[in-house]
Amino acid sequence: MASLLDALVTGIVYGGIYALLALGLTLQYGVARILNLAYGDFLIAAAVFATLLYQRYQLSPLISLVVLLPASFVVHLLVYHLVFVQLERRRGSWRAMEASSILLAFGLSFVVSGAMLAIFGGQLFSYSYLLVPIQLFGSVVPANRLLALILALAFGAFAYLLLVRTRIGTAIRAIAVDPDGAPLAGIDVRRWAGFTFAFGGLICAATGVLISMFQTFNVPMGVTFTLKALVVVIMGGVGNAVGALFAGLILGVTESFVARFISPGLTLAAVYGLFVLAVLTMRTGIFGRALR
Amino acid sequence: MHRYTRRAVLGLVGAASVSALLAACGGGQATPTPAPQPSPTPPPVQQPSPTPTQAAAATPTVVATKPRKTMRVGFAISKSGPYAAGAGITIYPNYILWAKDVNDAGGIDLSDGVYTVELIEYDDQSSPEEAIKAIQRLVNQDKVDLLLPPWGTAMNLAVAPVFHEFGYPQLGVANLSDKTPELVKQWPGYFTFLGTSSQYSEAIADLLGDLVNQGKIGKKVALIYVDDAFGLELSQAARKKFGATGFELVYDQGYPLGTTDFQPILTDIKQRQPDAFVACSYPGDTLTLPEAAMVVDFNPPVFLTAVGTAFPVYIGKFGQNAEGVMGLGGIDPKSPGLMDYYKRHKQVTGQDPDRWGSPICYSSLQVLQQALQRVGKIDRQAIIREIATGSFQTIIGTVKLEGNIFYGNWLLGQWQNGEFLALWPKNRAAAAPLVPKPAWKK
Repeated sequence: MASLLDALVTGIVYGGIYALLALGLTLQYGVARILNLAYGDFLIAAAVFATLLYQRYQLSPLISLVVLLPASFVVHLLVYHLVFVQLERRRGSWRAMEASSILLAFGLSFVVSGAMLAIFGGQLFSYSYLLVPIQLFGSVVPANRLLALILALAFGAFAYLLLVRTRIGTAIRAIAVDPDGAPLAGIDVRRWAGFTFAFGGLICAATGVLISMFQTFNVPMGVTFTLKALVVVIMGGVGNAVGALFAGLILGVTESFVARFISPGLTLAAVYGLFVLAVLTMRTGIFGRALR
Repeated sequence: MHRYTRRAVLGLVGAASVSALLAACGGGQATPTPAPQPSPTPPPVQQPSPTPTQAAAATPTVVATKPRKTMRVGFAISKSGPYAAGAGITIYPNYILWAKDVNDAGGIDLSDGVYTVELIEYDDQSSPEEAIKAIQRLVNQDKVDLLLPPWGTAMNLAVAPVFHEFGYPQLGVANLSDKTPELVKQWPGYFTFLGTSSQYSEAIADLLGDLVNQGKIGKKVALIYVDDAFGLELSQAARKKFGATGFELVYDQGYPLGTTDFQPILTDIKQRQPDAFVACSYPGDTLTLPEAAMVVDFNPPVFLTAVGTAFPVYIGKFGQNAEGVMGLGGIDPKSPGLMDYYKRHKQVTGQDPDRWGSPICYSSLQVLQQALQRVGKIDRQAIIREIATGSFQTIIGTVKLEGNIFYGNWLLGQWQNGEFLALWPKNRAAAAPLVPKPAWKK
């Protein structure tokens, strides 16, 4: 019984990083309508910055978090307006640009990871931060993972409240439903879709900094993060912040239980089995309907 | 006016992204980079790809001053993709360092001239198909005189038939496998300098058995392994040897490549109270396992992880907490030339070499160079014969291959006072094992 509770608690805490990872992408993909395939590469960029700042200048990743989040917001805002808006302009409508935006994001991913490869090569980045064991309901979890969970919950709650409870949120959801029709209701599509895209980029940077605290990574790994995020996003329902949160936690708990009680070798199979099941049985994620 | 400025901004951004792309391609893609060349080499006049016979027939010049020539040495290596980390630490810097060392010393003195080394490199993108294409291109178009091998067992096996077809020696380093003894029968030019997997597994069991005999540990072992060719091969041989020598395996499970959460596994293992924890792990896991161990406070007398323990990033990350951790590889700082190599490697390439494959890689290049000098000309079949039968002086001592495999490496090491000291084979150990391992410092 005690070990069941332990597996549950550590699973939830370790699932926090999946939730955080997916949260940014679900906003970009589901709300701003851009499947940002460069997501993992931007994440790696933030992780590399945090690592270098820590190793060269002993700057705490918590401080780089404060610096990198707004920076990433601005970078993503620029990317949105200078790249994706131009595409929309050329295509004439948001719906028409959706397919080509995927190709564009794919290219963007090569630009970002290629530039980083040219500078850093394939070297491994790794350091430890906030590796403090914390007692939680009788289990021990590292503080850095707990922080990831707290950030995921905070950003998730913020995104949910913003989208569902505010006037701006209503406008953003209108964009998500029909970007070409939204201007008829007086909604500035570029402004608010850009804001959502950039907010997703901010969460992406937060994930990168946190991952750098406990995971060994190198530049070519960006694409694996994009894929993982996509899996969680689809499970949670595209554009559904709360769904992404829960899907992330469910994955964490699944991995924890399978590794503990069945076999660590089957964690990957269990996760993807769950994913296939979710896609087959639930059309719009675990909550039955997308937020949009 | 407004339109105009926006267009200007766009143009600027376009230009910037194009140049970024070009820079990216320049770094990631293959561009022939000539190695540093100290001497004013005349333009390559001759050398239409010297086939063995041509090279043998050419140049009966017995002059005091030999002509200066360029030897084109090509390789395909993973500069991007999942293999880039290993290749970038263990192999690539040594190619650069070796070429510089050779050229700084004035080149390689052969019968028909003094050769300076020019490196021609391609990025194989961690893809066997790309590697094969690059090797074919190096031979057919770039007309290289010699080829250097890629990183990783899978990549080395992928290109081996091509090396064999063109008759080039393949002095593999990061191509650890138990199948090598069979493979060299079909590919006489295929070598491996790292040994075989079972050699390392047996060393683990032997070292633990030795510790049991000394009364330092009990006989309970927990074994985990990455579900991948290397992890399976290593753990299989270890399991067999553990069984044969009376060890009790209290835990024996694989985990998928890329696992980042080891807490459930270690929590389970901790309850079984093993005397030794053995992980047949890859670098990413090796660098993550100690963290999970610290969190659940799992500190067995022997904590042994496989690939990556000997990497400089390991001591950089864990510092004092690395103390007492065992892993594959190890060095003896007292061996002549080795510490000088470590210093030069850092100076020339700007990064620290690892404490396992790096010096072996450099030694393999020394073997190639000495074989070349003994043969006296670029006769690749003769070079293959010389490497297989000769004995060579290198920074890791005398290297003599048996059946195209070098078995004389340090197999296991342990971090002690910031250096990864060799523990096994026992007769060449640089230090006695520090057991039980000190507690994790928090």
